[in-house]
Amino acid sequence: MVRLAISVCLDSVVVKRRGKTVLGPVDLCLQADGFTIVLGPNGAGKTTLLKVLHGVERVSRGSVQWSIPNAQVREAQAYVFQSPIMLRRSVRQNLAYPLQLIGIDKAEIASRVVDWAQKTGLQDALDFPAPRLSGGEKQKLALGRALIRMPKVLFLDEPCANLDGRSTREIEELLYDATKAGTRIIMTTHDLGQARRLADSVLFLMNGALHEHGAASNFFAAPSTSEAQAFLNGDIIE
Amino acid sequence: MNEIWAGVQEAFRLIFILDADLIEITLRSLEVSLTALVIASALALPFGTWLAIRRFRYRRFTIAVLNALMGLPPVVVGLVVYLLLSRSGPFGVMGLLFTPTAMIIAQVIIITPLIASITHQAMRELWSEYHDLLISLNTTKRQRVVALIWDGRRTLMTAALAGFGRAIGEVGAIMIVGGNIDHATRVLTTAIALETGKGDFALALGLGFVLITLTLVVNLAIHALSRTEQEGTW
Repeated sequence: MVRLAISVCLDSVVVKRRGKTVLGPVDLCLQADGFTIVLGPNGAGKTTLLKVLHGVERVSRGSVQWSIPNAQVREAQAYVFQSPIMLRRSVRQNLAYPLQLIGIDKAEIASRVVDWAQKTGLQDALDFPAPRLSGGEKQKLALGRALIRMPKVLFLDEPCANLDGRSTREIEELLYDATKAGTRIIMTTHDLGQARRLADSVLFLMNGALHEHGAASNFFAAPSTSEAQAFLNGDIIE
Repeated sequence: MNEIWAGVQEAFRLIFILDADLIEITLRSLEVSLTALVIASALALPFGTWLAIRRFRYRRFTIAVLNALMGLPPVVVGLVVYLLLSRSGPFGVMGLLFTPTAMIIAQVIIITPLIASITHQAMRELWSEYHDLLISLNTTKRQRVVALIWDGRRTLMTAALAGFGRAIGEVGAIMIVGGNIDHATRVLTTAIALETGKGDFALALGLGFVLITLTLVVNLAIHALSRTEQEGTW
């Protein structure tokens, strides 16, 4: 399958909530492949940036331009939330839901569901009610449910917050495989170790402003702003 | 106390001998209220759900009106339906007055706001839980309503049962539009009112116990059919 390149540019995007600027102005272009990690303290606007890119946040000013038509953009994206949202159904039905929405035939759905249940290690829990899974299993299911449509772009909002090492490793493996398969990943995290392990490029946000954007190796070796330097040193920045 | 005891005995006697009149009016009660329930649910469940997910200008006002309509006095509903269906009314030509259909119409009007209001409350909670996911998956409005109704079906059943309870126990409206005609529109509640009026308390109470038993049986049957208590909590 030929994968369409899908890149995005933000042109002086500003997001305001109740008169307060939570993000922006941000000018940013993201290329069609790779793994981008969004770093920054709480309230820096990381989640807002992800939502703007996903198209579910109202932009007060500026514009978001994707390289493919807007109608196709949403179809080609998936989003994994910090606290996984489980449909009150079985694991199998949770995995099948995104495919049912776009009208894929039943046999195809069934085979893809089994496939992804295996990839996420949930093959024995297929008929278990999803809301009663453990935290790690829920997040893996949410990730499987996001990847099952084979999105071109995947957004993750701190997918490993509150997870132990083993669950984190399993999720990172899934993400690594997804990048291999050509999915563009944009993810926020507070875990600097995780950022070092996964990132190709890094976005560093603070107080709604984009402070740095560059290759991960450069960012971790020699951050160009003092804020990023302090952040990497583990200082508390406000 | 004697009357109550006599009522219990009368109830058992009527059930034991399978009294033909009792069976007839019990079945008619069920027919009228269950039909009203099905029609009202078909209207109220999608409407209540839609109200929970849709933001529009007069939303708060609509919800307030809906909640107020829950307390709609059945007698007044009966009176209005009577006027609409009477020979001189706009729908007089259809000849529906004093038929079970008229009773169903009145009950639908009474229980639809109740079911819609309870549905709205339940769906609002579920929607706040599902909101981000369903938006992110780029669902259509129709797909959202379907997902909420399907996943909230257990709470919706409670809403429907509340509606059924109000319908089967209702007497004011169906007395007016049905007329309590023997072998035509007599149901348990109107029969109880009639027997009480005649002073036959034992029979009235007997019918009352049958009505209560019927309500219990229907509730338990619906719970058993939908297996609410067996699949654990969600």
